[in-house]
Amino acid sequence: MLYRENGQFKTSYAADQQIFPITQDRWAIIGILVFAFVAVPLLVDEYMFRAILIPFVILSLAALGVNILVGFCGQITLGAGAFMAVGAYAAYNFHIRVEGMPLLVSLLLGGLTAAAVGIVFGIPSLRVRGLYLAVATLAAQFFTDWVFLRVPWFTDNASSGSVSVSNLQVMGWQINNPLNKYLFCLAILTVFALMAKNMTRSAIGRQWMAIRDMDVAAEVIGIRPLFAKLSAFAVSSFFVGTAGALWGFVHLASWEPAAFSVDRSFQLLFMVIIGGLGSIMGSFFGAAFIVVLPIALNQLLPAIGDLVGVEISTAGISHAELIIFGGLIVFFLIKEPHGIARLWSTGKEKLRLWPFPH
Amino acid sequence: MGFFLETLIGGLMAGMLYSLVALGFVLIFKASGVFNFAQGAMVLFAALAMARFAEWIPGWFGLEGSYLGTAAAFVVAGALMFVVAWLIERLVLRHLVNQEGATLLMATLGIAYVLEGVGSSLFGSSIYTIDVGMPKDPVFLFEGTFAGGLLINKEDFIAALIAAVLVGLLTLFFQKTTTGRALRAVADDHQAAQSIGIPLNRIWVIVWCVAGLVALVAGVIWGSKLGVQFSLSTVALRALPVVILGGLTSVPGAIIGGLIIGVGEKLSEVYIGPMVGGGIEIWFAYVLALVFLLFRPQGLFGEKIIDRV
Amino acid sequence: MSRQIGEVVLDLKQVSLSFGGVKALTGISFDVREHEIRAIIGPNGAGKSSMLNVINGVYRPQEGEIILRGQRFTKMNPYKAAQAGISRTFQNIALFKGMNVIDNLMTGRNLKIRSNLIQQAFWWGPARREELEHRAKVEEVIDFLEIQHIRKTPVGRLPYGLQKRVDLGRALAMEPSILLLDEPMAGMNVEEKQDMCRFILDVNDQFGTTIVLIEHDMAVVMDISDRVVVLDYGKKIGDGDPDAVRNNPDVISAYLGASH
Repeated sequence: MLYRENGQFKTSYAADQQIFPITQDRWAIIGILVFAFVAVPLLVDEYMFRAILIPFVILSLAALGVNILVGFCGQITLGAGAFMAVGAYAAYNFHIRVEGMPLLVSLLLGGLTAAAVGIVFGIPSLRVRGLYLAVATLAAQFFTDWVFLRVPWFTDNASSGSVSVSNLQVMGWQINNPLNKYLFCLAILTVFALMAKNMTRSAIGRQWMAIRDMDVAAEVIGIRPLFAKLSAFAVSSFFVGTAGALWGFVHLASWEPAAFSVDRSFQLLFMVIIGGLGSIMGSFFGAAFIVVLPIALNQLLPAIGDLVGVEISTAGISHAELIIFGGLIVFFLIKEPHGIARLWSTGKEKLRLWPFPH
Repeated sequence: MGFFLETLIGGLMAGMLYSLVALGFVLIFKASGVFNFAQGAMVLFAALAMARFAEWIPGWFGLEGSYLGTAAAFVVAGALMFVVAWLIERLVLRHLVNQEGATLLMATLGIAYVLEGVGSSLFGSSIYTIDVGMPKDPVFLFEGTFAGGLLINKEDFIAALIAAVLVGLLTLFFQKTTTGRALRAVADDHQAAQSIGIPLNRIWVIVWCVAGLVALVAGVIWGSKLGVQFSLSTVALRALPVVILGGLTSVPGAIIGGLIIGVGEKLSEVYIGPMVGGGIEIWFAYVLALVFLLFRPQGLFGEKIIDRV
Repeated sequence: MSRQIGEVVLDLKQVSLSFGGVKALTGISFDVREHEIRAIIGPNGAGKSSMLNVINGVYRPQEGEIILRGQRFTKMNPYKAAQAGISRTFQNIALFKGMNVIDNLMTGRNLKIRSNLIQQAFWWGPARREELEHRAKVEEVIDFLEIQHIRKTPVGRLPYGLQKRVDLGRALAMEPSILLLDEPMAGMNVEEKQDMCRFILDVNDQFGTTIVLIEHDMAVVMDISDRVVVLDYGKKIGDGDPDAVRNNPDVISAYLGASH
């Protein structure tokens, strides 16, 4: 079946407003979902789950959140890690302090707490913009770093903020092995991704994009910058916070504030920029790129070293990783500043016209 | 009173050092609109180079124990920073003209990783010391005025003095020379500057060289105080509040912002810190900057932005 | 013409605006009547755009007041103005570049959206219904402006003339009672100008929309407007119907640069 939309006529606006108006795309997404939920569990071993798939799924969720704020609403943030931390520690507190709190509810409450904190740290965006705002969001980062390290209440008096959770289950379903963890996170990601897509194609998403593209004009046609910006901060932080809670509960099981340091924030921003700002799809691409790259380098470099007969030390590998990682990022930004999502859509455009070039 | 003044002066001197790092940011932002996150990595790289060359060069040329070796190391490290600046312009910036701020910022983060990686593979990744012969002994001042006098660290004092001189020189350079004016034009609009015949690439190389030199001086001073180690690159994160407080485009802003942050940090650490468990200086600096920003969104000395429709 | 010029809907009294020390507007008063086409003209830098910015609250004048349908506004802001039914276009097209034409027009419907964020997140009941209703309305505007063929094109890719038309479309999607047009025909060729003229007259005629218009093309202004205000150096130097303004000696000297 060729990738064509010829002959697919829309007879109602509802049909035209579907998420995937092109039939082939609909089939493709169903195929991907079936693959992710059914085929992957059959094909993949435990190491893959723990090292690649679970981090990829959770960080995709976080990247979606960051993309809502940075890509759709145009507010640069360098503090995403902070909201992951808030989500994780808030969920932890709900989990241990409220007897019999269901896991899912704890996680979502963690996300909601992050949303509330996000609104507070979003207030500067009403006055400050661009790079000034980016630096201002670092305030959130360093403040939460400090709070979870120094204020014992939040970590149930654990020393240096390290906490752990165990016996995770949702309605009797034990989330104790990598497969179940993966499926659990994937299910949440699927729902959240759908929510993100819905928001970005309805009124709220248009408000965000209007603020991003031309804030004065947005206000003139009746969009309140206050509501648009703060809702973007809230929704974004909700996503990121939920991802943080998952990262702590499901991926790490025991963690300390350093898991959500400023490096994490940079990493998330890398994901959305490399993946593609303002693209849902791009968030997944970016997360995949950033998760897989270091692991691939780690595997490849010693092999390459063997090949040319040079023994590379562990320190050497980690330095080389830094250099290649940084170099690739720069290379990528130069070659395709609009991210992988742009390559993807150009590719689709070409495919649609294939075999003709125009 | 004496203790308060001591804290205050300590803060001012620490602030001078922040200014020095902040200055690197401002120079590059003014000239290229690039928010250079790699400034911290440049400080680390420069300090590493300085530390190791100061170790190696005397060995190679038999200059042990003389200042000549240190001076030679400084020159070599400086030359190395020029090469770094040239490479950055050649390989990265040149290809990113007219890109968005966020993209440029991410690119500098990439540069930071590369610099950190290259620095550690060339120079090693343990902790090194830099000894440029600054006196370490403390002195007492105003013993007549206060009981016990004021305890001032001589090393800090000299460092602050060097920073002040450097800042003064740079201000002169950028206010009084044609290069300075061309710089401001470039910062305003890459294309427009190019179209009136300002050689964009040369300006960028110059600015990154100067920023590299500033990083070297900052690296030497910080390095001789704290030792040269990987964490030196986080100095950049400490200096960021200074930059936004002072305004991204203002050299005097970087200096005064640095002083305010330095003093604010020290005072808060001494007077508020004990109440909440300490360790507050990093976020306190950011919050301080943030509060300023709420009243003046463009920073203390930044240029005011008027929206036109 | 079928339309009837009615009561005063918008009344500006002694409006003064300055930036720092620079006076942009000095004690300007004029009124706009229901259903009329009111033009503001004047040489470059006369304060025309500032005038529009004051009307819809982008700039806050230091002195003076705006009376909109009998209601006094000393502190107008763009959101309030939009709620009161004022919409506008921009001199240097201020479209949302990252969105396509439909989405740009849909933003104009924003004030009429009632569903909340959660309903929208789940594309649920009211949100979905509204999306369809407003889409239908937007399609009416698209038909009216004859831009069906570009409805899914990102606006950044459109040629200038079409962007201007989309800008007008976004303002119309708000179903405004007062429409402010800031140089709608600047930079257009003759054909595009004719189209634009036709749209402006049609809007005025079919929907009874009151129009305040800034334009440099005198032929157009004299042709389509009911009354004209003339500004020069932030002061009002003439006001009246096109013929009276055309023969006003102050206006002539301002335009021809004769000595005062």
